[in-house]
Amino acid sequence: MLRLENICFAPVDNKDKEILNDVSLKFEKGKIYVITGPNGSGKSTLVKVIMGINNATSGKIFLDDKEITNLPINERANLGISYAFQQPVTFKGLKVRDLLDIASNKKNDFNALCDYLSEVGLCAKEYINRPLDDKLSGGELKRIELALVLARGREINIFDEPEAGIDLWSFDNLTNIFKNMKDSTNIIVSHQTKILEIADYVILLKNGKVEKIGSYSEVKPYIENTTCGRLRGKDGQN
Amino acid sequence: MDKIDRELLEKITDLHKIELGAFNIRKNGQAVDRKNTKEIEIVPKKDKSGIDVYIKPNVKNKAVHIPVIITMGGLNDLVYNDFYIGENSSVTIVAGCGIHNNTSENSVHNGIHSFHLAKNSYVKYVERHIGMGDGTGGKILNPITKIYQKENSHLDIETLQIGGVTSSVRKTFARLGENAKLEIQENILTTDEQTATTLFKVNLKGKKSSVEVVSHSVARGKSYQEFKSNLIGENECFGHVECDGILLDNARIVSVPMIDAKDNNSSLVHEAAIGKIAGDELIKLMTLGLSQEEAENTIIKGFLMG
Repeated sequence: MLRLENICFAPVDNKDKEILNDVSLKFEKGKIYVITGPNGSGKSTLVKVIMGINNATSGKIFLDDKEITNLPINERANLGISYAFQQPVTFKGLKVRDLLDIASNKKNDFNALCDYLSEVGLCAKEYINRPLDDKLSGGELKRIELALVLARGREINIFDEPEAGIDLWSFDNLTNIFKNMKDSTNIIVSHQTKILEIADYVILLKNGKVEKIGSYSEVKPYIENTTCGRLRGKDGQN
Repeated sequence: MDKIDRELLEKITDLHKIELGAFNIRKNGQAVDRKNTKEIEIVPKKDKSGIDVYIKPNVKNKAVHIPVIITMGGLNDLVYNDFYIGENSSVTIVAGCGIHNNTSENSVHNGIHSFHLAKNSYVKYVERHIGMGDGTGGKILNPITKIYQKENSHLDIETLQIGGVTSSVRKTFARLGENAKLEIQENILTTDEQTATTLFKVNLKGKKSSVEVVSHSVARGKSYQEFKSNLIGENECFGHVECDGILLDNARIVSVPMIDAKDNNSSLVHEAAIGKIAGDELIKLMTLGLSQEEAENTIIKGFLMG
């Protein structure tokens, strides 16, 4: 279980601008949590604080009762947290297979690479030896980003707006990936109705605070009341 | 051949799992072994040190290896190697120099190569340079490559200098005929107080000739790298130079671009970017479980060897 206690965050260079304000949450094994809220409500910042990309100004984070608040990113990763970026990172020289090998911490044969990539609708033959650079489309990068999380196969998986840019691939495939990861805790930042619908718990953030937490049907009225609360439809349109 | 010789040879040539074919091995300024094949003839020069390599017309997918190893200090080796590639031939040429210097005196290799590509020929040229040994003497390499390409020929060059070379000055001059294509990928790592200078000058003389130069530099410690390129468009042609450098510690990289469109149908592009390893690349690899140091090394290895 992942537990956040009284997490606050303000940028180092602007300490008066509090982006997260006293956030306490529990994430249980086998559940899907979708964090939603208006732009600027602190969604991405919250998941970055969990991964250690941003360090909490105050408060504590526990993973299975071990405090990880001050651990660096890689130590949190090795304790079982995975993270898919909103904007996938590209490299000059590293190939798709290199990243999959690093993610899974082993040298994969073609069949294993094929398994990871076919889960996200990509053909291994076409992709494993391609550099993970900006010659790949945004959608391809986004799917590879998902495959890296699958290759890691860890306990806590964080996805920051996983649907962005993958509109050519069906949303059903994407939501099926989350549904199939039953042994892990999935924390997804999203505005998408289809993703909110598969959540066990929806966490609505507003102005850096947890406004409401519950099932989608419980939280939905609160989402609609927020100023930017219009939800995105099935095709990624408003 | 002893253990050091074999290690140097492997480091220069191990990237290429291809049939050995014709070869010429030079050690400490002398040719020590040579093999010709019915398609490829290696002839020692009579007036100076070096070889002429003749690849007959219509030879397909053959290889020539011409490694140089130096295992002593105080040697200033100068060698001229000229390659003549016949029409319609397709070959891989693997060259390179490994210096193992345990002495306090400099070991220097000056390899002067020329490539004469006949019509419709293709050459993949791989040049790998490495310095080893604990001596304080320099491991110094100064390769000069002169390229003459006839119509529809294609030369693909891969240069790799992956450490241990105290100082290198690498000069490449090319003259491209009609529809000739030249591709160069240069990857250089410098550390400590090493210096590496590269100069490319390419004259795009032929109609629809093209050149693509990609340089990846990693400079660590107090090392210094300089990259100068000069593309001269003399016809309807295309040229692109990309120089990417990663800086670590207190190193320095200088990039000096020059593109000269003498013909108004030339299309010439130069891109250069020098900086530290991008923070988001480090963070991404750390989220996959690598420490910062492991992430840095992975990025550098991919950048140079990928």
